[in-house]
Amino acid sequence: MDTIARYLSLHVENMTGAVVRVADRPLGSLMTILVIAIALAVPAGLRVMVDNARALSGTWQGAADFTVYLEMAVDDPAAEDLALQIRQRNDVERAELLDRSDALVEFRAYSGFGEALDLLAENPLPHAIIVRPAGTSADLDQLVEDLDALEETALVQLDTEWLERLRAILELARRVVDVTTVLLGLAVIVVIGNTIRLEIGNRREEIEIIKLVGGSDGYIRRPFLYLGLCYGVGAGILAALIIVLGLGLVASPARALMELYGSDYRLAGLSLADMAWLLGVGGFLGWAGAGIAVARHLREIEPS
Amino acid sequence: MIRFENVRKRYPAGREALRGVSFRLERGEMAFLTGPSGAGKSTLLKLVALIERPTRGTVLVASQNTARVPRRRIPQFRRQIGIVFQDHKLLHDRTVFDNVALPLMISSLRRRELRGRVRAALDQVGLLRYENQFPLSLSSGEQQRVGIARAVASRPQLVIADEPTGNLDPGLSLEIMRLFGRFNDVGTTVLIATHDLELISRMGYRRLYLEAGSMAGPAAVPG
Repeated sequence: MDTIARYLSLHVENMTGAVVRVADRPLGSLMTILVIAIALAVPAGLRVMVDNARALSGTWQGAADFTVYLEMAVDDPAAEDLALQIRQRNDVERAELLDRSDALVEFRAYSGFGEALDLLAENPLPHAIIVRPAGTSADLDQLVEDLDALEETALVQLDTEWLERLRAILELARRVVDVTTVLLGLAVIVVIGNTIRLEIGNRREEIEIIKLVGGSDGYIRRPFLYLGLCYGVGAGILAALIIVLGLGLVASPARALMELYGSDYRLAGLSLADMAWLLGVGGFLGWAGAGIAVARHLREIEPS
Repeated sequence: MIRFENVRKRYPAGREALRGVSFRLERGEMAFLTGPSGAGKSTLLKLVALIERPTRGTVLVASQNTARVPRRRIPQFRRQIGIVFQDHKLLHDRTVFDNVALPLMISSLRRRELRGRVRAALDQVGLLRYENQFPLSLSSGEQQRVGIARAVASRPQLVIADEPTGNLDPGLSLEIMRLFGRFNDVGTTVLIATHDLELISRMGYRRLYLEAGSMAGPAAVPG
């Protein structure tokens, strides 16, 4: 019990010692922490954005209407009949017939080809049925196949292709973020390792003296490991702040953009779990960077 | 306490610092190690503290063969020896108290016991009133006494000192040497390297005379 208490008090001492050492040189420490914080915030922030985009593209899935163009030969009652049939399918939420004469009026009004249309003897537009699917994207493929197979159907135009592309792009973006995360994680280790290396150099004399009075490697190593931990956790906190701030800055233009698309999607921020992750990763990288530096350089310092 | 058997030490540069040194220092004994500069006094002390290892021969400290102490056991080995340096080797960013407490913190002594021992050590060297000062605010002689307090704070059975009076005037030097004598009086084994022959002739302790890497004169007692 006593041994554990003494061991713990030693660690508490080392921890407070590290904090004091960081606070002792506020400017230098702050710059180090800022560099590490940016290296943590960039991948974490990108991840938040990509996750948001994925969530958003998910909400669009149900809203992916597509159009079934019918053959020119299909007349009004047959088209209405067909729309009814489609509407009764389980995997269809809604099916609206876009009457060819209505379509012509609309086209005349919006396309700017009004005069050209007048030259035509008859309405060049076919009947069309706008279908809103009810199921998932797997069901969607089956639905499209079925509708395409109908003999009245001339063409099924899927408007979801762009969504598929968007998803592929997001998948790519996610992969890029993964690679960036690993690279910047390495950068954090290098920055902290280098900072600790300089610190070891600064305290060379102290290390020699501690070795002379019988300090073990573990005793000498510990303050440096805690210093690395301190930098890492500090940078994690700062990185969380940077992301929260950054999200705050993009929130309002993002909302404006969403409104243009008629969506009420709200940006998801950094959850508490994400913040804990950021601190944990920062602390781990700091500890690891310090550990590598210490293992490499502490042995070189021997009293003579 | 210390036993050298035909110890040779050749540095990588090729200089032969010790050429077959044998002597023994009994438990509770105090001795001066003298000789001109470059005779190998510092090297001999470094072999005792395992800062260097002998090229040949055997060094025994507190009945342990130093050749059988692996690198990772050196810290533990050094904790039984108090070392005093000519240049004090104090930590200037720590108070006098913290400097003296260093070896005790390393052996993770309980706080209350640590405070008691540090105070006792500072009291013995007459610097208790300076415990909260920083070393640089003290005189050279006072700094050396802080170094001595640190060496004895953990109550080692052996204290070694390398030119502890090197930078001090004769009056202060005598005072420092008498301090070592007092520690010897309570049973600590003490070995002090010094070239100050005049000073030690006034004190009655045994002398080991080292010249050009060999023990010479009447003090050379083969182990």
